[in-house]
Amino acid sequence: MMWSSLYSLIFYVSGAVTLLATLLLITRHNAVHALLYLIVSSLSMAVIFYLLGAAFAAAMEVIVYAGAVMILFVFVVMMLNQGQRSAAHEAAWLPARGWLMPGILTAILLVLLVSSLMMGVVPQTVHEVTVKQVGTALFGPYMLVVELASFLLLSGLIGAFHIARKMPQNSEQS
Amino acid sequence: MHTALIQLINVVAILLFVVFGAALLTWVERRLLGIWQDRYGPNRVGPLGSLQIVADMIKLLMKQDWVPPFADRLVFIVAPAIAMFVVVAAFAVIPMAPGIGVIDLNIGLLFFLAMTSLGVYAVMFGAYASDNKYALLGGLRAAAQMVSYEVFMGLSLMGVVMLAGSFNLRELVLAQADGWFIVPQFVGFMIFFVAGIAESHRTPFDLPEAEHELTAGFHTEYSGMKFAMFFLGEYVSVLMTAAMITVLFLGGWLGPAWLPPLFWFLLKTTLLVLSMILIRGALPRPRYDQLMAFGWKVMLPLALINLLATGALKLM
Repeated sequence: MMWSSLYSLIFYVSGAVTLLATLLLITRHNAVHALLYLIVSSLSMAVIFYLLGAAFAAAMEVIVYAGAVMILFVFVVMMLNQGQRSAAHEAAWLPARGWLMPGILTAILLVLLVSSLMMGVVPQTVHEVTVKQVGTALFGPYMLVVELASFLLLSGLIGAFHIARKMPQNSEQS
Repeated sequence: MHTALIQLINVVAILLFVVFGAALLTWVERRLLGIWQDRYGPNRVGPLGSLQIVADMIKLLMKQDWVPPFADRLVFIVAPAIAMFVVVAAFAVIPMAPGIGVIDLNIGLLFFLAMTSLGVYAVMFGAYASDNKYALLGGLRAAAQMVSYEVFMGLSLMGVVMLAGSFNLRELVLAQADGWFIVPQFVGFMIFFVAGIAESHRTPFDLPEAEHELTAGFHTEYSGMKFAMFFLGEYVSVLMTAAMITVLFLGGWLGPAWLPPLFWFLLKTTLLVLSMILIRGALPRPRYDQLMAFGWKVMLPLALINLLATGALKLM
């Protein structure tokens, strides 16, 4: 009894933190602060994954999203050296009027989401998914998807290599 | 109730051990470097200078807690806290001996990797918030270095995981009862050792804070306790790397039974820490492009070949 109420408490707290951090991420004008909130959001998401029994997904959320993808974002933003001026620019680009239509659309989506959740049955039991199960699923029924994802990553890699390549004939002409 | 109390004592004792061990390490390192370089090192305060850490602590605590007016206040204060938090949190999964350890996670090894990958933020946010050219250059170097060395740090450990068939650190230690993993996974051990030194950015991988070219790198603008957090975080991360190598490659607490398991764990960890200090005293600092080329062109292929060979041997 005590454990299950503590469990729900942690779940709702991390859910609230995720929502708040994501909201702040969208509304911040300073890019680095926004990224800071994005990191907080993915960390609290990892807590939710862990509570739902997906320990491996939680670890991957931290290692890949918070630990690698976000670092590259921060890396780029840091090099751009954005100061007070660019924060003011951001503020000018996002007037209160701009929130109206997206807000209405999102509200409609929210109503749909909540009503579908109310109708559907939410599974109550939590069972831990082991790393071995994830591996067996990835290289069993989902083999094709893994291969496709690797194609996508490889093409991204080749694209990056092509863009970063030095062009010897051009540099000789100039 | 009784088990909860034991667990609480466990947590507090390990936390104190980590923080005071790291503080003591600052003195040990200066003393040892002094001996190896034919001078004394700090030897004035207390017996053999061992109270030097107390003197340093008093000095750092008395300093004004200052944030530069041009700094990004929020991020400037958060950065050193991240530096300290991630390394101490990573210590939670390290099993020191049967019954001694904070938490026994099934994904213990992944938790350790997650915490080390978050450690980059401390350096990057510290560098960004300082709004200082030296700090920015140090931060850029640190980010590039840590991200690239993390890639094969994780890969070098997968060989061990393959042999033991688990991510749980306690099971990894017990799987070494017949023989330590340093023998079948010697390449993995070497790669992890190098990556561990690079993750705690110590010489020869201390380019993010190279004194002769970048003043103090990413923590140029930091002083007082905030600087101490960065500084201590680095030493905790040295301890953590040594403890992790002990657990993964040197059989953790396993050893002849005439001494308690905890002793063997501490002995192995101490020897590794001392060898890391000796490396600092012996090796020069490479150029930055040499460091990156070494990581991507030597260490990464080696880690992949090691992984492939381990998998092939496991299948046979």
